[in-house]
Amino acid sequence: MTVQQPNSFRTGPDERGHFGIYGGRFVAETLMPNILQLEAAYTAAKADPGFQKEMDHHLTHFVGRPSPLYFAERLTTKLGGAKIYFKREDLNHTGAHKVNNVTGQIMLAMRMGKKRIIAETGAGMHGVATATLCAKFGLDCIVYMGAVDVERQQPNVLRMKMLGAEVRAVTSGSHTLKDAMNEALRDWVTNVSDTFYCIGTVAGPHPYPAMVRDFQCIIGKETREQMQAAEGRLPDSLVACIGGGSNAMGLFHPFLDDRSVEIYGVEAAGHGIPSGKHAASVAGGRPGVLHGNRTYLLMDADGQITEAHSISAGLDYPGIGPEHSWLNDMGRVKFLSATDDEAVAAFQLCSQLEGIIPALEPAHALARVFDLAPKLPKDHLMVVNMSGRGDKDLASVEAYLASKKK
Amino acid sequence: MTTRIDRRFAALKAEGRAALVTFTMAGDPDYDTALAIAKALPKAGADVIELGMPFTDPMADGPAIQAAGLRALAAGQNMIKTLKLVREFRVSDNDTPIVLMGYYNPIYIYGVEKFLTDAIAAGVDGLIVVDLPPEEDEELCLPALKAGLNFIRLATPTTDDKRLPAVLNNTSGFVYYVSITGITGAAAPDATKVSAAVDRIKRHTKLPVAVGFGVRSAEQARAIAENADGVVVGSAIVDVLRGSLDKSGKAGSGTVKAVTDLVSALAEGVKSARRVPAK
Ligand SMILES: Cc1ncc(COP(=O)(O)O)c(C=O)c1O
Repeated sequence: MTVQQPNSFRTGPDERGHFGIYGGRFVAETLMPNILQLEAAYTAAKADPGFQKEMDHHLTHFVGRPSPLYFAERLTTKLGGAKIYFKREDLNHTGAHKVNNVTGQIMLAMRMGKKRIIAETGAGMHGVATATLCAKFGLDCIVYMGAVDVERQQPNVLRMKMLGAEVRAVTSGSHTLKDAMNEALRDWVTNVSDTFYCIGTVAGPHPYPAMVRDFQCIIGKETREQMQAAEGRLPDSLVACIGGGSNAMGLFHPFLDDRSVEIYGVEAAGHGIPSGKHAASVAGGRPGVLHGNRTYLLMDADGQITEAHSISAGLDYPGIGPEHSWLNDMGRVKFLSATDDEAVAAFQLCSQLEGIIPALEPAHALARVFDLAPKLPKDHLMVVNMSGRGDKDLASVEAYLASKKK
Repeated sequence: MTTRIDRRFAALKAEGRAALVTFTMAGDPDYDTALAIAKALPKAGADVIELGMPFTDPMADGPAIQAAGLRALAAGQNMIKTLKLVREFRVSDNDTPIVLMGYYNPIYIYGVEKFLTDAIAAGVDGLIVVDLPPEEDEELCLPALKAGLNFIRLATPTTDDKRLPAVLNNTSGFVYYVSITGITGAAAPDATKVSAAVDRIKRHTKLPVAVGFGVRSAEQARAIAENADGVVVGSAIVDVLRGSLDKSGKAGSGTVKAVTDLVSALAEGVKSARRVPAK
């Protein structure tokens, strides 16, 4: 497919929230006034240097930024090709990139006078980050989490509860992330006036995809500077896993107009794309409308949303952020996928080679690094977004390995 | 151009009463039973029929209507069958307006142009699509109006006077006032507040105003029918239907009657309302 590429990939969305045909504001009327109010509040905050200053303060002193750009030396030697760096978002307070976005949204919620915060979560990292910021600022916090995910991410459920949040297990639909998002939207429709919906990824109705991206761009901005300091130049390639796509967008966006930088997003292929049991919306889906935006979605011939499958709760979502859909169609970001098996193998190898237990989500990105890196020259600089730490996944991985032995 | 919806509301206005608008899910609990229910609704007292187009992820619906959609999908319902149901209904009833209600994705995937053509050919009169606010009018609203269908928009307690004109612009047939901020089947609306809201909307439009979300009983229907031009009942009907199913979730011998009994009672409620004289 040849497409006319724009002069810049960084100007979207348009004023109605569109990235090409993707994005938009497909929500019930009850929510529309809230969405417009949020957009106005965010536009005002963005223009206020005081807001940025306050955020920077919390990101430095509470979150612990900047996160290091770490040279993964033994992995590089083992793969024998590209020089691999990890962007260490796993070292942030709460253990993942999610906190960057949550810090921004909670600051905004407080500016808007909202005291009740709701969130959806899959792996629980976004839920933990939201519960953490709510504890810090004394806000009520309710987290919707699919019942299946409550089971497989117990450590995070316990963390959220300890932080004072209420975790509501969702038993509608497939009991995973998409259903948690439905339930959060239902809560928001019911409690419009006092509630702020803190969405955890670059999806949902406009302005969420753009706002969450902006808050996550700190990842890419730091990476630029750190790579400049370490190697005196830009990286040659970027690799990140894709659930909704927030850690990926945060890393990618500041580099989109540097055409020399190759960019790879890695979706979860579950049991393999041909099996139909996967969470790869770009590889196995097509454009449709869900959760407030048009984007690539997994669905059947009638437009009914199908269940996603992945060992990683954070990637187990049948959609992807709308800006990623557009970047895919434009050919700027290349979308790959990794299976459960490949992710678990990468999880083990990274733990044992680098002394870093990655979350299962970025283990998907690592799985593709294993076959990309060996084919590249030794002076090729590759950055992998280590979006989170894997403590939460130890039980899942152990159970998975035990079931494979049988 | 008048539609069945326009004609029905005009006739009821002349009669001096409000319309009973019923919501049932197409294909719930199976195609044949849903068709039998639809055919029995007008005689039981439904003035306008809303048929749900089932969707896996109905983000503005409560548990009752979520479950109804999943029952229909499990029984094999899809858009083709929903349009077929309307076509078969029309064989014996050419007057009762039919409004399809649901979410955008199944329509988008069916193809907007083809959907409009097929819906009109089947005998559909109007559409309510929950996740298409005025900001997305180009998607379906404008093509639907151009094709001659009514596009019925939801106005809600959060739609203030400043926003109301944007919501009413490009709305036709009637305005659906959502009586609560919430999902279908949730808390009962406060009749006094609803009446004030209906008056507020009527200051902005000449279209009939129907009120729904949370109406369950004949008495509630009566109270709302005193001022509104229509009363919409959905979850209560769907709940009664569910209650009539056998253990395996299949239609029982009493399923159609369970629905029509409730609809008859609701219709009595609507008819017994003492209408507030038009202001
Ligand atoms: C560590 C980690 N990485 C990635 C993701 C996927 O989300 P996103 O694609 O928005 O970064 C999650 C989601 O839970 C996560 O916890």
